[in-house]
Amino acid sequence: MRHTLLLGAVAYDPKVVTIWTGFRSWFRDRGLDLDYVLYSQYERQVEELLAGRIDLAWNSPLAWLRAQRLARAQDATVRPIAMRDTDRDLTSVVVVRADSAHQTLSDLRGRTVATGAVDSPQATLLPLALLRAAGLDPKVDIEVLRFDVGVGLHGDHVGGERDAAQALRAGRADAACLLDANLLLFGREGTLPAGSVRVLAQTAPYDHCNLTAGPAADPALVDHFGKLLLGMSYADDSARPLLDLEGLKQWLPGRTDRYAALDRAVTETDFYDPRGALGAADYRP
Amino acid sequence: MPPTIDLEDLGLDSGGHLLVERALAGLTPGDRLVVRGRHPALGVHLAAWCRAEGHRLDPAVEGPTIIRGHADLDRWRDAQRAGATANDVVAHASRHWGLAARGALVEPGGPALAVDWVDRDLVWADLAPRLYAQATANQWDPATAVDWAAAGSLPEHVEGAVVQVMTYLVENEQAALMIPARLLSRLHPHFREVMQLLAAQAADEARHVEIFSRRALLNRDVLGLSGAGGRASLQTLIEEPDFTLASFLLSVLGEGSFLDLLHFLHRHAPDRVTADVTRLAARDEARHVAFGVAHTAHVVRADQGFLHLLRTAVERRHAALADTAGLNKQVFDALVVLAAGSWTPTAISHGWQEVLRLQQAMDEGRRRRLEYIGFPADEAAALSALHTRNFM
Repeated sequence: MRHTLLLGAVAYDPKVVTIWTGFRSWFRDRGLDLDYVLYSQYERQVEELLAGRIDLAWNSPLAWLRAQRLARAQDATVRPIAMRDTDRDLTSVVVVRADSAHQTLSDLRGRTVATGAVDSPQATLLPLALLRAAGLDPKVDIEVLRFDVGVGLHGDHVGGERDAAQALRAGRADAACLLDANLLLFGREGTLPAGSVRVLAQTAPYDHCNLTAGPAADPALVDHFGKLLLGMSYADDSARPLLDLEGLKQWLPGRTDRYAALDRAVTETDFYDPRGALGAADYRP
Repeated sequence: MPPTIDLEDLGLDSGGHLLVERALAGLTPGDRLVVRGRHPALGVHLAAWCRAEGHRLDPAVEGPTIIRGHADLDRWRDAQRAGATANDVVAHASRHWGLAARGALVEPGGPALAVDWVDRDLVWADLAPRLYAQATANQWDPATAVDWAAAGSLPEHVEGAVVQVMTYLVENEQAALMIPARLLSRLHPHFREVMQLLAAQAADEARHVEIFSRRALLNRDVLGLSGAGGRASLQTLIEEPDFTLASFLLSVLGEGSFLDLLHFLHRHAPDRVTADVTRLAARDEARHVAFGVAHTAHVVRADQGFLHLLRTAVERRHAALADTAGLNKQVFDALVVLAAGSWTPTAISHGWQEVLRLQQAMDEGRRRRLEYIGFPADEAAALSALHTRNFM
C-alpha cells in the first residue's frame, strides 16, 4: 500500500497548477503526503482512476457519472469524498432576447438554440434534456448551434457558453443555454447587458463536481484526507487564497442524489453506454 | 418576521448585490433576509450570487429568503490594523502588512514585503513629518528659479574654476541622489513620512544635478576633471548598508560640510547664475542635514550604545580612505581662485585664507552636530578631524 495519496485534476486553466500545488503544501504541512497529476481532459482521468493509477480524481459531474458506470462494469467501487459549497444546487437556464416573442420552450420549435461544448453538462446536456422534456427533439425539432470550446473539459471552460450568449445577442441564435451563475456573470460583464435577455426555462437544481475516491485508494488514507479537507476553513489565511482560486468558501461532504437528471441525459443521448464506454459520435476529447 | 429588502426593478447584474450586502451586514450568520423585487431573473440571480458568496437560499419558503453565511466575516476574522490610527507609528511594523496604508485594516495572508527596516527607532525622527511638509512646500522649478539669461561672460580662468567646481558638485549630488533612493527602497512604508522625505531628497538631488550641470555647460561644451580620490570617498558612502550609519555619514557629516561649501560658493560666486544655483541647493541641503541630525539623535536617545557604532563608522571610513588623495587639487585651487577674485598675490593670499576658513567652519559645524547627537566635545573634535578631505 503506497502512503502518498495521488490526486488527478484536469488542467482547464493554468491556475490549476497554483491551486493543487498550494493544496499539496497545505496537506503536507498537516502530515498527509498528497501529490497530484494533471490531465488534459476528463475521460483519461476517469480511466486512470478506475485503472488504479490515481487514488482520487477531481471530477466533473459527467466524469463522476462515467466513473460510476465504469466501476459498475468492473465490479469496483468509487465514492464521492467531498464537493465545494458552490457545487450544490446549480441550475441551468434557457434564455431568449428580452424582446423575443417566445414565451415557452415549445415556441423554440424550428428555431436555433445556442449551447456550450458537446460535453458541457450545464450549457448543453442538461438544457437540451429540458427541451426534450418539453417535447422538442434537439436532433429534429430545433437547430442546435453548438460552441465546442475546450472539448474534453466537460464545460469547465466558459468560452463555449460566452460564445453562445454572444450568438444570442447578435441574432444568430433565438435562444441560449447557460449556467445560472454565468447568466449573472455575463450580465455583470456586459456580454448580455442588463435587461437584454429573459429566462424562458430553468432546470431543477443539480450538483456539479466532486472529489472521487477510486478503487485503489487506501480507505484510511482517504478518510484522513477527507477529514482534513472538510476541516479547511475560509478563516485560515493559508487556505483562503486556494479556496478563492478554486471558487468555494467551504468543502462539504460529497452527495450523489442530485446527478440523476444528468445521468438520464447521458443515457438518452447515449453519451456514455451503461458500461462507461464513449457513445457520442461527435465527441473527440 | 425576518427583515425584508425591496430591490424594486434592480437586478443583481446592475449592482443589486450592494443593497443585499448592506442589508446582510447587520445580520449574524444564520439570520434570514427576505428579498423582494420585480426583476424577472431575481430568483436565478440570487441563487447564483448566494452560492458564490457563501450564503444560502432557504428552499423551504416561497419568496427568495437568504440565510446569511459567514465567509465574509471569516475573511476579516484575524485582520489586524497596521497601527491603531493613521497617526500611530508603531515600534515594529509587520512585513505582512505589506503595502497597506498605515491605519488600514489588513487582511491576513498577503505576501510579506521584502524590506529590511521595520523598527521605528532605527529609521524615525519626530521631525520627519514637519520636514516632509517643508520639502513639498519648498519645491522649485529649475527652469524658472534660476535666471539663466543673467549669465554674462567671465574671464577664462574664472569660468574654468566655476566649471571645475560644478563638475565636482555634480559628482557629489549623484551620490547624494543614489543613497536616499537606495535607503527608501529598503524601508517599511509604515514609516511613510521618512519614505516621503527620502523621496523628496532624491528629487532635490536630481534637480541639483540638473542645475549644476547646466551652469557648467553654460559657456563650455565639456566639464572639468573627476579625481579618483573624490570618487573613492563618495563610493564609501554608497556602500554603507546600515540606514542610520548611511544617513549619519551622508547627511550629518557629508551634506553638513557640503552646506558650508555651498554658502562659500554663493558668497564668492562670480556670476548671478552660480549664486542662484548654490543658494537653491543649500536651501534643500539644510533640510537633508536636519533629518540626518534629528534621526541620528533619535537613535542615540533610544540607545546610547549606538554612539559606539557611529564612531566606528567614521573610523572605518577614514581607514578606507587613508590611501586616497581626498579632494582633488583642481577643486581646491578653483575654490581659492573664486574666493580670490583676481590673480594678484594679495588676492590669492586672501582666497587661500578664505578656503582655510571654510574648512574651519566645516569642522566647527561637524563638531556642533556631533555634540548635539550626544558625543562629548573632545570626541566630537576627534571624529570631525577624521572626516574625509573630500568634504562630502
